[in-house]
Amino acid sequence: MVFFAAVVAHFAVAVLALIGLRRRPVIAACAGLVVLAGTALVVVTQAIGATSAPRKTIEWLPLLGFNFTFQVDGFAVVMALLVSLLGFGVLAYSIAYFEHDATFTRFVGLFMAFAGSMTGLVLAEDLFTMFIFWELTSVWSFLLIGLHDKSEVARRSAVRALLTTGAGGLCMLVGIGLLQNQFGTTSFAQLREAAPTGKMASVAASLLLLGAFTKSAQFPFHFWLPGAMAAPTPVSAYLHSATMVKAGIVLLARTAPIFGDTGVWRWWVVLAGVITMLIGGWRALRETDAKLVLAHSTVSQLGLLTVLFGIGSPYATYAGVAHLVAHAIFKAGLFLGVGVIDHELGTRDVSKIGAARRSVPVSVVAIGACLLSMAGIIPLFGFATKEKALVALLDAEFGLVGSIALWGIVAGSVFSVAYSVRLLHALVRTPNDSASNDEHHAHHEASALVRTTLAAPVVVAAVVSLGFGFAASTVGSWLVSPSSALDVKAVSKLALWPGINDALLISLVVIAIGAVIGWKAPLEDNSAQQPQGERVFDAVYDATIAGAKRITAVIQPGSLPIYVGVTLLLVSIAPLSATFVDGFGSLSGLTSGTALEASVSIIAIVLALGVAVLQSRFTGAMFLGGVGYAIAALFALRGAPDLAVTQLLVETLTIVVFLLALRAMTRITTRPVARFPQITRMFIAATVGIAIPLLALAARDARTAPSASQEYFARSVDEAGGRNVVNVILVDFRGFDTMGEIVVLAIAALGVANLVRAAEQHRRAAISVKEVAGS
Amino acid sequence: MSIWAFTLIAVLFAVGSYLLMERSLTRVALGVGVIGNGVNVLIIASGSDAGEAPIIGREGVLADPLPQALVLTAIVIGFALLTFLMTLAWRNWTITGNDEVEDDVEDRMITRRAEQTAKLGDEPHPEDVQT
Repeated sequence: MVFFAAVVAHFAVAVLALIGLRRRPVIAACAGLVVLAGTALVVVTQAIGATSAPRKTIEWLPLLGFNFTFQVDGFAVVMALLVSLLGFGVLAYSIAYFEHDATFTRFVGLFMAFAGSMTGLVLAEDLFTMFIFWELTSVWSFLLIGLHDKSEVARRSAVRALLTTGAGGLCMLVGIGLLQNQFGTTSFAQLREAAPTGKMASVAASLLLLGAFTKSAQFPFHFWLPGAMAAPTPVSAYLHSATMVKAGIVLLARTAPIFGDTGVWRWWVVLAGVITMLIGGWRALRETDAKLVLAHSTVSQLGLLTVLFGIGSPYATYAGVAHLVAHAIFKAGLFLGVGVIDHELGTRDVSKIGAARRSVPVSVVAIGACLLSMAGIIPLFGFATKEKALVALLDAEFGLVGSIALWGIVAGSVFSVAYSVRLLHALVRTPNDSASNDEHHAHHEASALVRTTLAAPVVVAAVVSLGFGFAASTVGSWLVSPSSALDVKAVSKLALWPGINDALLISLVVIAIGAVIGWKAPLEDNSAQQPQGERVFDAVYDATIAGAKRITAVIQPGSLPIYVGVTLLLVSIAPLSATFVDGFGSLSGLTSGTALEASVSIIAIVLALGVAVLQSRFTGAMFLGGVGYAIAALFALRGAPDLAVTQLLVETLTIVVFLLALRAMTRITTRPVARFPQITRMFIAATVGIAIPLLALAARDARTAPSASQEYFARSVDEAGGRNVVNVILVDFRGFDTMGEIVVLAIAALGVANLVRAAEQHRRAAISVKEVAGS
Repeated sequence: MSIWAFTLIAVLFAVGSYLLMERSLTRVALGVGVIGNGVNVLIIASGSDAGEAPIIGREGVLADPLPQALVLTAIVIGFALLTFLMTLAWRNWTITGNDEVEDDVEDRMITRRAEQTAKLGDEPHPEDVQT
């Protein structure tokens, strides 16, 4: 229960920062630091000494099987610790980073909301709970990427990220729905017991994978992550390298034991992961902005994690957990380190960052250590984890897929060594144009406190990378519980020096090749263009918007006749299609009717056709009156004398109204404008004319209960003292309806009176203007 | 329902719809009138069988009074609607010299915007900073 309170506390601080403490963001940030540290503490104390993983279910819609379920197992602990400890470091860093920046208060609020959602996500024990927090992180990510809302680039990148991850989230929701429908549960543990197989399981698994791939920027959705670098450095370091993009990996880790053996899973995961690794590595070698280099390297490393978690062998899972931790630490350090350089020099261009060596030497050394960890150089932690990954894949027996995974990772490792070494090269090289940097330097006389705060997390990340490397066997034993929470067989260990084996030999070759490529790789590369994926996304997006506008232009041309036509057509399609489905059987129920009825009907039909054909307004009004009188006669024939009388009176009044209005107008109406062809109108009119009487027939035949009138007949004399039941209904049983009808008449009368008065005033004014002009 | 009632409903609805799709408000009002009559006949014809007037004490099969009550209300409301429409047409004529419905200007502008190229996101704002 207490860990649930910790999640809620994040959101409380978020609300506080966004509403209560708008003018004192630093205080809000300090409250955030307390909550983050507290969460880490809570998670650790919950996990230590617990015989079974603590669980908590909060019912939401128990009937539909939708509940919030949280569980603090080993994997959840390690993820939650990453989220809260890295969050602590990044938030502390951001206090200095955002000095004098007005967006800080919004940043703190969104940051804490994100941290809370992410904690909820990693603690989730069922897919549905995970989905809720998953979508929340997408929203916070959108707002954080677009933190500087006056930058068009930031807004576009935010939209790209949101639409991509949002679309994946929707696919995932469909997958969850399929699983819920098929197996009656979305809990990871129960799904594992159900061991889904077959076509439905494959479809659901593929949909879940789409969610994971979009969130973790796997090919072909890898393009949004580099774009998200428009966000401030703390956001990039936290969301887009260490935590949120790991959400997809968490989903893979949780679901690989469930779906690992369904046919499509392993191929999907390995291919997407390997392609992503290679694309990300290649682009990281070419970018000139250090932050973008890191972004592409993140994409590449996420590909590696996808392969490790997705392939589903116990060792690979263990290696995945280890590398996930290693990556989170060194990558957060790298992002924050680049932020330090950017803050100091005002540039992140890899050909210029060498100048940082003189002004912030400690940070540069720390960055170097993180780079070595990323390259997988002994004795840093990255070495131990990458060795483990290679060993795991060498051991795995998955045939062709396993080989693709292995050699894909080897090739990817060459890239990761290469881009790490390229950045190292940039850092140790003396830039050509140091003059401009000195000038810029003068603007940045940051206080010693600010500089220390900025550098501290970078140094911590480097020290931890180094310390974990030397203590690899101890750290390895800590990781047994997390990985065995995913797969009971995933028990292994890490070592600083594994001895000479195949993996080590491969690593040596990889490092040698990678180092040469990285050192030789040019630091100035002007050939960088908008990435392919981003261009495709933009093209699809633009086409969608343009298509929507075009459709709107077609169906909303501004012409009332067309609107009416479309409405009428749609109204008649429904009864028509129903009739085609049910058949025309009820047509045979038509009676021939009496001769009198026939003759009156024919008169009405002829007159009605006359209204349509004749263009004279006056004659049209007269014919309409004629139709009305004929129908009055029809009512009389059918046993409705009240209707007949009313109809006669009203038709007479209608003719009077028409005559009053038509006095002012010309006799003949103009032909309609050709935009809406006559033939189309006739077609629509004919469709309505066929559909509606068929509907009437169907309605008549659909009656199952006797008319409500039986009761009116029974109660009319006793309760209302009237024999004419129609009248009794109108003035007694349904008296309020008649009251409403009278109100409608009164409102119409008021409207008419006002319209007439206003028009008269207008006319009088127009006449007086004319007179003045004439005299 | 007799074949005549069926045909009458068909013609009234077809003619009414045809007139509704005109530009002249007078014609539209005529259409509303015709279609209103069609609706009334439809309710009576599909709601009950023909019979004697529903007055207690009469001999023979009495017609169902409920549809009649509904239609009686409908006739009166239809009259109010028609009167209002004709006043609008008359007012339009008094002020502009015709009684035709104009195209919606806003909708036409949407059409024109669709012809311009669409761009990702919204247009740059004057306050935007360069990044």
